[in-house]
Amino acid sequence: MTIRSSRNVTVAGLALAALLGAGPALAEAKLVIGLQQEPTSLDPTADATASIDGMLTQNVYESLTTVAPNGDVLPQLAESWTVSDDGLTYTFKLAQGVKYHDGTDFDSADVLFAFNRAMAEGSVNPSKGYFKPIASVEAPDAQTVVITLKNKDAFFLFNMAQGDASIVAEESVDGNATIPVGTGPFKYDSWTRGDRLTLVKNPDWRHAGEVKLDRVEFRFIADPAAAAAAILSDEIDAYPGFGAPEMLPQFEADPRFSVNVGSTEGEVILAMNNAKPPFDNVEVRRAISTAIDREEIIEGAMYGVAVPIGSFYPPHGPAYVDLTGTYPHDAEKAKKMFEEAGVAGTTMTLRVPPFAYATRSAEIIQAELKEAGIDAKVENVEWGFWLDEVYKKQNYDMTIIAHTSPNDMGNFARGPKYFYGYDDAKMTALWDSISTETDTAKRNELLKEGQKYLADNAVHGFLFQMPQISIIKTNVKGFWQSSPVLFQPLAGITVD
Amino acid sequence: MWYFLLRRSLGFALTLLAVSAVVFAVMNVLPGDPALTILGLDATEDALAALREQLGLNQPLLARYWSWITHALTGDFGVSHSFRVPVADLIAERLPMTISLAVSGMIFTVLLALVMGIGAAANHRKAGDWGVMLLSQLGIAVPAFWLAMLLVLIFAVKLRWLPPGGFPGWSDPVAAMRALILPTVALALVQSSVLARVTRSSALEVMRQDYVRTARASGFSRTRVLWRHVLPNALVPIVTIVGMQFAALVTGTIVIENVFYLPGLGRLIFQSIANRDLPTVQALVMLFAAIVVTANFIVDLLYLVIDPRLKARA
Repeated sequence: MTIRSSRNVTVAGLALAALLGAGPALAEAKLVIGLQQEPTSLDPTADATASIDGMLTQNVYESLTTVAPNGDVLPQLAESWTVSDDGLTYTFKLAQGVKYHDGTDFDSADVLFAFNRAMAEGSVNPSKGYFKPIASVEAPDAQTVVITLKNKDAFFLFNMAQGDASIVAEESVDGNATIPVGTGPFKYDSWTRGDRLTLVKNPDWRHAGEVKLDRVEFRFIADPAAAAAAILSDEIDAYPGFGAPEMLPQFEADPRFSVNVGSTEGEVILAMNNAKPPFDNVEVRRAISTAIDREEIIEGAMYGVAVPIGSFYPPHGPAYVDLTGTYPHDAEKAKKMFEEAGVAGTTMTLRVPPFAYATRSAEIIQAELKEAGIDAKVENVEWGFWLDEVYKKQNYDMTIIAHTSPNDMGNFARGPKYFYGYDDAKMTALWDSISTETDTAKRNELLKEGQKYLADNAVHGFLFQMPQISIIKTNVKGFWQSSPVLFQPLAGITVD
Repeated sequence: MWYFLLRRSLGFALTLLAVSAVVFAVMNVLPGDPALTILGLDATEDALAALREQLGLNQPLLARYWSWITHALTGDFGVSHSFRVPVADLIAERLPMTISLAVSGMIFTVLLALVMGIGAAANHRKAGDWGVMLLSQLGIAVPAFWLAMLLVLIFAVKLRWLPPGGFPGWSDPVAAMRALILPTVALALVQSSVLARVTRSSALEVMRQDYVRTARASGFSRTRVLWRHVLPNALVPIVTIVGMQFAALVTGTIVIENVFYLPGLGRLIFQSIANRDLPTVQALVMLFAAIVVTANFIVDLLYLVIDPRLKARA
């Protein structure tokens, strides 16, 4: 009796498996990725939300170029390119036989459309600055695009790899905010707002044979404690931007996971309003830099997982100079410096955005300034408030913020209207020569000069490089440990 | 009765009008620029200006309010600034989640509270009573989000009986119900503690009445007296508190949906306020206000059912 019924169950099970076409050999390779931030729209050419790039750039959408983890620029929709001797004319040869996910063909007309749209007067591209150096975009034939620049731009090919420069099609562009259509290795499948977004493999992609994943599901879990619970109960396979370094030991001790601490392009700074007294006085800024103790901040705010910086350039970059010793921490000396500058005993406000790295650092900096005789008032503000009051209206003394864009030393050349309130013709000229120098070795020398200049002028308190903390199941391979960009290509990821 | 309904409907409309004006004013006084939130730190001035124009943020405040209210009257709540889809669609997507959670929370709250409250009253000054009082004291003292995390750690991470969060949708009812268990308990335990104490004291009050003693004396069982004679007469204060608690449950979903990453209205309003997405916030606050006002209205109607004497006064 027992034997018969169990055989019936087996037969039924086999029938069911046959019906569903599911055998172990055919099992679909599925990856579930946890993300802290959920975007509200899915068009990276109209919305700066980093998670749009994190999910879709170079996965659903493609750009002319792409970027390797070490920062090298590689071909993508442009299979190859040549640059004229004067460094102003780029001729791109496009990949052939490429189709958008909606079945329409990709050719030079799409590139023309995407660029003209981003450069147009009413364009809302979040990185419109990338397109500023472009004088003209032409398409001599269906497979060729010629872009002429007004002035040399060392970062042009790198910038063209970003989500803001995705080659979107005229036929589908209006729907991209909700149903993204691109040419990439993965197609958009579905999005349950507030819960998950799913991509499926694009079998028609030109290198589809190399793509190992059939389905990728992004789940939006903002709360770090909830994310930790979801990882521990095997609900998600990877959480690449984990925001709670204090919880790492429990994952490190668990053989199911590998914990990686890599680097990002995010410099965390104690920004000072250089346009406002007393921060217009370089001696006051130097005193603040002397008062802060990076090691203590990293220990307390990041539980030790971050690399200190002494200027505004990532430590993993090729032009990095270690300037963390420029103003060694010395509370007594800082106190004297504040006295000499006539600001001892005054009150300064520290307006902090609602990110754990910032609010935690603020408390420690407050205590360190107190030791140096400065009474710092910490105001925790909401992000919308920060953007409006601190960033737009420059209504602040000091703040703490991570600058996550690559190649962003140009922030110091954005003039007095930028929230730094920093106006320095020398720095502007230096940045001009950096951004137009196409020789890598020479550019790196100039970048070093820039780092030293900024450290010497103590424009801000330079704190640490934002780490990229990822918790990934040991059977998942191919995630970038460090990233020079906001995107993470899924085409190279495997699940054993 | 008709006069009562008319007065109530008018109050309903005026409340919503006042709420809409307050939300509109607050969202505009609050520092924040939707265009900057969408385009981020690297946006150029002309891109920001173009987006403000696109979103209609350059029109005067009163003109925007007038346009919003005239459209809202025809059921058109506009298009979300950040999601770029009609607000009505966004709400329709999320409403089932929040309603499911609030309703299951309410059912759990009432059932648990009645059993605990009546049970405590029946065992007045005995071990059962003390136990319920202690438990309910604990329930009131514990913050909902902490309880939520504790439940997740025990039942999802350690024991693996239930999912740690997320909501699969009602297409799979078993999975949906499993996903609702922990959020419901976290949401309802605090509320049921409050309600259990109210139920207990209200029941004790009624138990002192002569007719209860008479009922017992005429041979009815203790249980029958408790549920047939004591409970109905103890209901007025209980229903009052339940009405207030329904409002607290609906707003309580904001915290619970964040901890259990449930795709409901609570998370939507949280995200929309951060994005300064005025059309969405406006519609959601109106919806929450309407739910609260409706809950109070239903409580008023229930009074009439529970205590027919009130009909004469209404």
